[in-house]
Amino acid sequence: MPKITFKIDGKQCTAEDGQNLVEAAADNHVYIPTLCHMKGEKCLGTCRVCMVKVNGKDMAGCTLSVSEGMEVTFDTPELNDKRKALIEMLFVERNHFCPSCEKSGRCDLQALAYRFKMHIPRFRYRYPFFEVYSKVDKLMLEHNRCILCQRCVEFIRDPDTNRKIFSMRNRTNKSMIQVDYRLANKMSEEQIDKAVAICPVGAIIKKGQGFDEAYGQRKYDQHPIGYEVDGGTNSK
Amino acid sequence: MVRMKNQIQSIAEKYSNDRTRLMDIFWDIQDLHGYIPHKALRVLEESLDISTADLRETLSFYHFFHESPSGKFNIYLNKDVASQLKGHEAIYAAFETECNCKFGSVCMDGTFGLFETPCIGLSDQEPAALINLVPFTNLTPQKVKDIVAALRAGKELAALVEQYGYGDGANQQIKTMVCSNIRQLGPVFGEKISTGEGLAQSLKSTPEQVIEEVKTAGLRGRGGAGFGTGMKWSFCRAAKGSTKYVVCNADEGEPGTFKDRIVMTEYPEQLFEGMAIAGYAIGAQQGILYLRAEYKYMQDYLEGKLKDLRAKNILGQNVLGKSGFNFDIRIQFGAGAYVCGEESALIESMEGKRGTPRVKPPFPVEVGYLGCPTVINNVETLAALPYILKNGGSWYKGFGTEKTPGTKLLSVSGDCEKPGVYEIEFGMTVREFLAMVGAKDAYAVQVSGPSGECINAQQSLDRKLCHEDLSAGGSMIIFNKDRDLLKYMRYFMTFFVEESCGICVPCRAGNIVMRNNLDKIRAGHANQEDLDNIFAWGQIVADTSRCGLGATSRNPIVSSFKNFPDLYKKLLDEKTNPLYDASFNLEASVEDFDRALKEQNQIGRNVHA
Repeated sequence: MPKITFKIDGKQCTAEDGQNLVEAAADNHVYIPTLCHMKGEKCLGTCRVCMVKVNGKDMAGCTLSVSEGMEVTFDTPELNDKRKALIEMLFVERNHFCPSCEKSGRCDLQALAYRFKMHIPRFRYRYPFFEVYSKVDKLMLEHNRCILCQRCVEFIRDPDTNRKIFSMRNRTNKSMIQVDYRLANKMSEEQIDKAVAICPVGAIIKKGQGFDEAYGQRKYDQHPIGYEVDGGTNSK
Repeated sequence: MVRMKNQIQSIAEKYSNDRTRLMDIFWDIQDLHGYIPHKALRVLEESLDISTADLRETLSFYHFFHESPSGKFNIYLNKDVASQLKGHEAIYAAFETECNCKFGSVCMDGTFGLFETPCIGLSDQEPAALINLVPFTNLTPQKVKDIVAALRAGKELAALVEQYGYGDGANQQIKTMVCSNIRQLGPVFGEKISTGEGLAQSLKSTPEQVIEEVKTAGLRGRGGAGFGTGMKWSFCRAAKGSTKYVVCNADEGEPGTFKDRIVMTEYPEQLFEGMAIAGYAIGAQQGILYLRAEYKYMQDYLEGKLKDLRAKNILGQNVLGKSGFNFDIRIQFGAGAYVCGEESALIESMEGKRGTPRVKPPFPVEVGYLGCPTVINNVETLAALPYILKNGGSWYKGFGTEKTPGTKLLSVSGDCEKPGVYEIEFGMTVREFLAMVGAKDAYAVQVSGPSGECINAQQSLDRKLCHEDLSAGGSMIIFNKDRDLLKYMRYFMTFFVEESCGICVPCRAGNIVMRNNLDKIRAGHANQEDLDNIFAWGQIVADTSRCGLGATSRNPIVSSFKNFPDLYKKLLDEKTNPLYDASFNLEASVEDFDRALKEQNQIGRNVHA
């Protein structure tokens, strides 16, 4: 693959031509936060937290491929406020109650809220009512925490048939993740672990397992989110 | 059960067990059963090789599909602004009384299901409703009473269509109450043209020359966005791939728009011929008309027209004797989703999926329907092509303005003497427009629907309808001075909330926060900060959303504030708003609970009665 050079906020970066911007940025130690994008996987473009400016236009970073001479604006007060607003929208849209959540300390949404220094969301809490779906033998769907990123929908498939196990239901703010009950009951331990791990929040929970890491030793207790990329050089 | 299994299997087989034809499969099942039973999904799961969860994903997205038993007669009453301006409230009440059930439910004996739906493309003859997708227009409470009584007495639905709008009912394939209401034709659609003339002219040229001609004409997409048609075609022609598609976007869902309805009933030959011209230009053999379910009443009629065109060899093999050019068209129905008017969402829907706009790039001209390069053009754009190709691009460019050549069909509704469709040349002033439609005391005009602009009529008299000034997508809703404008702006915000596909955060969550603040302002509990926040948050939603829906959803508030600032300002001030009370209002706060309690008591009484 030919190498190209591009710029993020004036910083000279190199990448493979056509590489995904979020991934190319990470290779150059710039952490572009995202809740839906997964390295090497198909772009989902749902959370919009990775907003950057290219040619004066706001774009979701995960939807972009880098090219020679591209100039990306990333770390500005305006863009950071947009990212923060999106995170706040997610917090008010459902019921995110971190202290009782199994994923606390390992949750990307919570970690990004810390990174963006969110205290109280600027939007009014909506407190919608959601029931926890627990009919599947080994896992639960905690709709109160779901951010509808679609990772489970796209990246977890039944290994025998390649059919979708998780899917979206309804539209608008009534959208919900649902599972195919029979396929979900066929999931292996490893696949359930993968589903729990790729869920950026605590919406997919493995039954019989919960607060297994002590406070202080959880993933984001060690280092804030994005540390592995930027080494803590940028807090946004 | 076995019988049902066989039925469902044969429906799936009719579409070659192809999951991309899921929309058609669901429609066939619903036509058979009245809804799509869970058991049917279990059969489809094996026939189509996708999971039940995957099937439900599509099924639950579209508001005309039912997952549970619906009424024998499903009544969809238009709740949109044009209907509200013509007495929607009384019709709503009449249906509830006569059918003895509430909107959003099915009556006890299963005869009637009452549902509300946004704009059904009949804004010029509101209030209107679809009963099992048959349009009933100009409703009055008395008419509602008669219709419901007749249906209850066992009368056939088709027999209730007594007055004919289109063609006096002479055409056996379309007997509908819907009137075309063409008020004025201009130099393009007013010209008499024989079917096939434009296509024959095109086939004498090379595809590249046809594209050049369309570029010369300066034709821009008539759906609203105004992208250059010739340019779009040249991208698609240049795209790699041996199979390409022409798609006609007939999902006109922008509230207040109905001009495509008229094109399809009055100019179907020109539309289909235009699709063939586009097919020739880009190198496609297949055209698809994506038709909104609200227009299902046209199905037999349009199928009949396609048959006629095949007989005339305007469609089919070696079209008009042009060796090697084969082109045919099929009709694909949607099932109720405004967002499917967005071209990539429309493609997703055509592939049997949720109408979720795709991540772009790639654009449909490169990767479109079934992964093939696809041109998607609006009905009006395509129907203009035969005229352009017959008379030449420079003829067409002679109309309209420098940057927006040609003519435009406007759908006019609301407070005016002559609602209907008008063909105008771009560049017409608002003053001329208002005089033309008989809007004597126009206060505001919603131009291009909620995603467009709410203009102050009297302050905009010299503004021009064209892309360089006031972009006119087709919908023109007129409000007079007596109207509570913000009530309609509030409806438009609700429209966007309910029509958001839900895939991206800002549009899904952000439209609601804007609407909440508007509610707060209208209730007299807001301060300047609440108003400022709408604009700040609206900007964020517009900048970060995935598609045009989120990019424009703030427009009702932003444009009405820009053009009617006093409407907002007086609500924020206790001197001008007697209801103003920024403090906590107990009564309003428990209103939801009170209402629920009352309804519950009412239900209890009905059950015991």
